[in-house]
This record gives sequence, structure tokens and C-alpha cells, in this order.
Amino acid sequence: MDLFDKFQPLIGLRGSLVSDDADPFGVCMDEVLSAAEATINGRRTILAGTNNYLGLTFDSGAIDAAVGALRKEGTGTTGSRIANGTYSGHQALEADIARFLGRRSAIVFTTGYQANLGMLAGLAGPKDTILIDADSHASIYDGCKLSGAEIIRFRHNDPADLDRRLGRLDPAASNKLVVVEGIYSMFGDRAPLAEFAEVKARHNAYLAVDEAHSFGVFGENGRGVAEADGVEDKTDFVVGTFSKSLGATGGFLASDHAVLDILRVASRPYMYTASLTPSVAASVGATLRRIAADPALRATLWRNIDRLHGRLSDAGLSLCAGKGPILAVRTPGPAEAYAMWRRLLEAGIYVNLAIPPGTPGGVSLLRCSVSAAHTPEHIECIADALIAVAGSANQTPAPQTARFG
Amino acid sequence: MSGAPVAFDEGDVGEEIRRMLAPFNAADIAMTDDTDIAADLQIDSVDTMDLIMAIEDKYDISIPINLLSEVRTIGDLARIVVQSSPK
Repeated sequence: MDLFDKFQPLIGLRGSLVSDDADPFGVCMDEVLSAAEATINGRRTILAGTNNYLGLTFDSGAIDAAVGALRKEGTGTTGSRIANGTYSGHQALEADIARFLGRRSAIVFTTGYQANLGMLAGLAGPKDTILIDADSHASIYDGCKLSGAEIIRFRHNDPADLDRRLGRLDPAASNKLVVVEGIYSMFGDRAPLAEFAEVKARHNAYLAVDEAHSFGVFGENGRGVAEADGVEDKTDFVVGTFSKSLGATGGFLASDHAVLDILRVASRPYMYTASLTPSVAASVGATLRRIAADPALRATLWRNIDRLHGRLSDAGLSLCAGKGPILAVRTPGPAEAYAMWRRLLEAGIYVNLAIPPGTPGGVSLLRCSVSAAHTPEHIECIADALIAVAGSANQTPAPQTARFG
Repeated sequence: MSGAPVAFDEGDVGEEIRRMLAPFNAADIAMTDDTDIAADLQIDSVDTMDLIMAIEDKYDISIPINLLSEVRTIGDLARIVVQSSPK
């Protein structure tokens, strides 16, 4: 008996699908050349599989701010926010996030994953009920588990299904927290937030929206899908990450609730981990200011999205969703998806390979992300390569496997 | 649901679950209450959660997915449905 025996099926699956010389889950960037290019396997490669939507990882203001904080405050805090790990930079960033979102207060977490863990384990307890979209990110599932609350799943992006499930619960028995994402990370599809907000209000539930992939991308000011859909006043909690449009690492939770701050001494994922390094807090503050001051960044991103979406659609590729920063191309199955992914990498285009069980509905897909840092030439190269590999692969969708309701 | 709540019969529920699982029974094994949903039917955790949603709709009940840790066999699942039935 071996502790690792339980991984034999996974080892078998991985071995049957992936060659040692091209592991889609272990790609190494030998040299990062810019927000849009890197050297991989000795080849100059266009990065179309990041979450660098606004291309700010090399923003000069952010780098200067980070270097300044590094020199002034050192490489790390060596402690949690409730011990020695709160610096003026953390508090300034929390004030900046709250101001940007128009919220009463905000709490910063060390990673985006921990922001969801911290929000859910902090807000909900064993006497509460959390209702989550079936396609929720792993951090939402894990946060629910950590909270000890009762967890009910509803069908993906289906407000009527949420309505039905809320209707089955005793209105007086527990607090109810509904959790959705503005944009879903695999298909790139967008939640119908106005309808969800209407349903949650009717059932007197709370609504939390994870804007991880939509912050900086949607809304007139880049505040996310809640802003774009005009439902910020009906959204009780906004959670998000610094590791996508803001180009660093970390996460946040913002709300108008008067008692939000109590989570600082009640939410274990906030309390029991080291705080953001000062340089990261400083760089996020700088990219946040850039997003607020430079709407042209978003305009550039959307021009790139329009162009790539248009070219892939015109070529007949099967896209999983409408226009957004994530354009996922449906493929016939895992083996075909891997072959296509590998050919793209060999052609100097990096995208993400996503296969079951990490994808909704058993779909195998090539996940492309669009960036404001992509030049028009980058976008044409990505489109040409994707269309070429899709044309040479068997594009017949895989037979539908059995699924429940 | 209308009218007085009616508790479910575990045998009937087990039969209904076997009917719902039939499309997944690729190896055409004889399903009983002792059939292991993951090991015998190769149904992964996501499909099991989808099965729970379908059962909730079939019986108009709520089954928190927290209870999945107690489910290994068809019989385990039928018991949870009966426990979740209107009292």
C-alpha cells in the first residue's frame, strides 16, 4: 500500500494523453519578453493563454512602485495581517480598492484563491446556506467546504433554477448567500447578473459576485459585470483578484456592509497567512490607478477581442461563449485538443489546454485569452494558427456522453 | 408540491435512482443498492453532483452537497433522499 495509490487512474490518464516533451500542465517560460511574448522551448512565443487582460505586468509605473516599496520596506512582511503584517501600503490599497468600486470598505487577501476562501469561510457558517453556480471555480467550492455551511448547487447561469432552489428552502431557517462569477474562467461566458439580482432580492438572500475575470474589463469604469449590468447596488459583496487585469497576485473583498471588518478577526484564510509583500501591494495600487486613469487600455483590449472573435467565428470555429477576454474553442475530445494545443505551441502560440474533469460538461477546449498588450499582428498570428490547426483536426463534435438533466 | 407531504419509500427511490443512472451503465452491470456509484459505474464527482441536482428536481427537495461525503452506493443515496423527504 502506498499513499499515492489513489492517483493511479490520474497517472494513467495523464500518461495516455500527454508526451513528456510537451506537457500542457508544466509549460516553462524560459524568458518572459513582454506582457505578450515569452521564449518557450527556445522559441519566441505569443502568449494567448494568460489572464493578463490589460497587459499591465510590465507597466513602468507599477514596476517603479514595486521597486520603491522593495527598497523601502523589504522583500516580505514575514507575518499575517493580524500580527506584524499590516503596513501602510496594505491599508492604502484597501482604501484605493474601496474607492474604485464605490464601496464602504475592502479587505485585501494574499491570493485570489484565498479571497474566495476568506469571504465564504468568513461570511457563512454551519447555520447558513450557500447557493453556488454549478460551474463555480474551485476556490468557491473549497471556500464553501471550509465554511461548514449547507451548499446547494444550481444550474449554470440559470436564474430560474436558482429561484426554484431558493424556493425549496425555509425562508426563516438560515441566511442565504448566492455566489456567481461575472465571467466564467473556462468558457468565458457571462452571468445574467440582473436576473440573478432580481431572484436574490425576492428571496431576501445576499449576492456575492466574483469579478476575477471581469474586473478591469467590463463596465464603463472597469468595475466589472455588475457595473456593466447596472446592478452594483444589488450586489452585496464583490470579490476579485489582483492576478489578472491588475497584473500581480492577491485578492480583495469589498462591500457596503457596516460590519465587514469583523472578518479580519474571524476569517482564517485572512488571519493565518502572511500578508501581501510590500512590492506587490505597491504595484497593484499603481495598476489600479492606471486602469482608473486610462480607459484607452480597455478600448484596446476590446478592439483585440472584436477582431479575434470575428476571425474565429467567421472561420466557423466553435466558440463556447460570446465576446469577452476569454475565447474558448471547443474541440472534438481530449486527444484532439492536446494535438491541436501541441501544434499551436510548435507554431509559437501558447494557449491553455482544458480537458475534463476540469471543464464544464465534459468539453475539451483550447482557452485563448486576449490582452491589450497584443498587437494587431499578434491577433492575426493567433487567429491564423488557431484556424489552421482547427482546419486540420477533425472538427466533428464528440458524441454527447450521458449527462444528468 | 401540493397537498400533504408524503414521505418517500426507500425501495422506490432506489429504483428511480437506478433508472436515472442507466444511461451511465456502459458495462451493463446489474445495479443494486450496493452498487458503488464511482467505482462500479465510473461516474465522477461532477456527474454525481449533477445527479443530486436531478434528484432534487425529481422529488422537489433540497440535498446539500455536503452530504455527498456519506454517499458511496446507490443505497446510501436512496437513504439520503428519504431523509430529505417532507416530514
